[in-house]
Amino acid sequence: MPGNYLPSEYTAVLVMLIFGLIFGGMTLWIGRFFRLRRPYAEKLTAYESGNPPSKSPRFPFSVKFYLVAILFVVFDVEAIFLYPWAVVYDDLGSFALIEMTIFIGLLLVGYIYAWKKGALKWDR
Amino acid sequence: MAEINFTKLLVHLVVLVDVVLLHVAYATYFERKVIGHMQMRMGPTRVGPMGLLQPIADGIKLFFKEDIIPAAADRPLFYAAPIICLVAMLSCLAVLPFDPNHVLADLNIGLIFIFAMSSLASYGVVLAGWASNSKYSFLGGMRSMSQVISYEIAMGLSLVGVMMMTGSLNLGQIVAAQAASPFGIYAIPQFIGFFVFVVSMLAETNRVPFDLPEAETELVAGYCTEYSGIRFSLFFMAEYIGMIVMASIGTICFLGGWNGPFTVPYVPFFWFLLKIYAIMFFFFWVRATLPRYRYDQLMDLGWKFLIPLALANILLTGLMKTVLE
Repeated sequence: MPGNYLPSEYTAVLVMLIFGLIFGGMTLWIGRFFRLRRPYAEKLTAYESGNPPSKSPRFPFSVKFYLVAILFVVFDVEAIFLYPWAVVYDDLGSFALIEMTIFIGLLLVGYIYAWKKGALKWDR
Repeated sequence: MAEINFTKLLVHLVVLVDVVLLHVAYATYFERKVIGHMQMRMGPTRVGPMGLLQPIADGIKLFFKEDIIPAAADRPLFYAAPIICLVAMLSCLAVLPFDPNHVLADLNIGLIFIFAMSSLASYGVVLAGWASNSKYSFLGGMRSMSQVISYEIAMGLSLVGVMMMTGSLNLGQIVAAQAASPFGIYAIPQFIGFFVFVVSMLAETNRVPFDLPEAETELVAGYCTEYSGIRFSLFFMAEYIGMIVMASIGTICFLGGWNGPFTVPYVPFFWFLLKIYAIMFFFFWVRATLPRYRYDQLMDLGWKFLIPLALANILLTGLMKTVLE
């Protein structure tokens, strides 16, 4: 009944999440009492092959990474649409196939457009 | 409403995590031995008989190593990153069925849950890269994230064929439907999907030939350059648990899960473990055999080859299903 539903299968997942947090945290915390701790200024600089770090590491990076992230959103949403379709495929019959062919066809047009525009080109 | 037996759940969970961590430790031993013998070396031999205590010695050493946190690091994120990776990977373990009776959380969306959690682990990686405030870490984190999200799509699409044949996202039901199918395993009718899955599995876990985020010749150690001691080993654990999870997904979705040609008495999970070990061996075999991809080649392979191939596989599966019925 609505409002009264307890997703009891997820209890184990929740317990696993808490267990993982405690496990990771405890490993780090208990280690504090056993490990060596002798920091000095040179040791605490960022590694750059032994040279003092030059400039800030927060430099602008290639816009390609950003494009990939946008394409990922588009295609992942497509994949999310495909999952329920795939699960009920048997019940829907050939109607599902035609509909999904149109859906994938539309996305394919966008995919080819992105390809032609060079969004997938890395060596430029 | 079924009462949840917390004691039983906790015991089950602790045993599962312990067994998996033992597998992680000995996966490193197995890896070094396999690669050693492939390169005409011996691998570890000194610690214990045949070097069998090597992973334990490594673990103790990492535990007692100094924990260096760079002065410029963003501390809260630096602390959180390895734990995010580890927790995300551990929670994947909860939904894996090792046997019809051995599954912690029998979710009806098991497969989607695994995708979600393995994507979350890439947050840990990119946060580690950013929080370290080091150029190598930053580049490693960026590379890793865009690689993981690119291959996530190919992997998700490669499994759609399996979902169509099963009509379920529950991992236990996928195995059951597979046992009832004509070939017994989906790797034969879904061979294109299996191929795409195997390639993207290597990329998702940052293994050779797709280990660009950790390419030591150009990026030192990638996103974990600034991590040392036990913090580094949490990343390491998360990576190897990720490999075990991916091997399990491959086993469950394509290789027939816990079913085998005959039942083996007295050895629990015999076929499941055998198949996982076979896939793990494949990981190490590939590492000893193939050189590394260049970054643009890697992105090209994902976007221009695997994704169209996976989409074609979906259409082909749909056509075959409609024609055969």
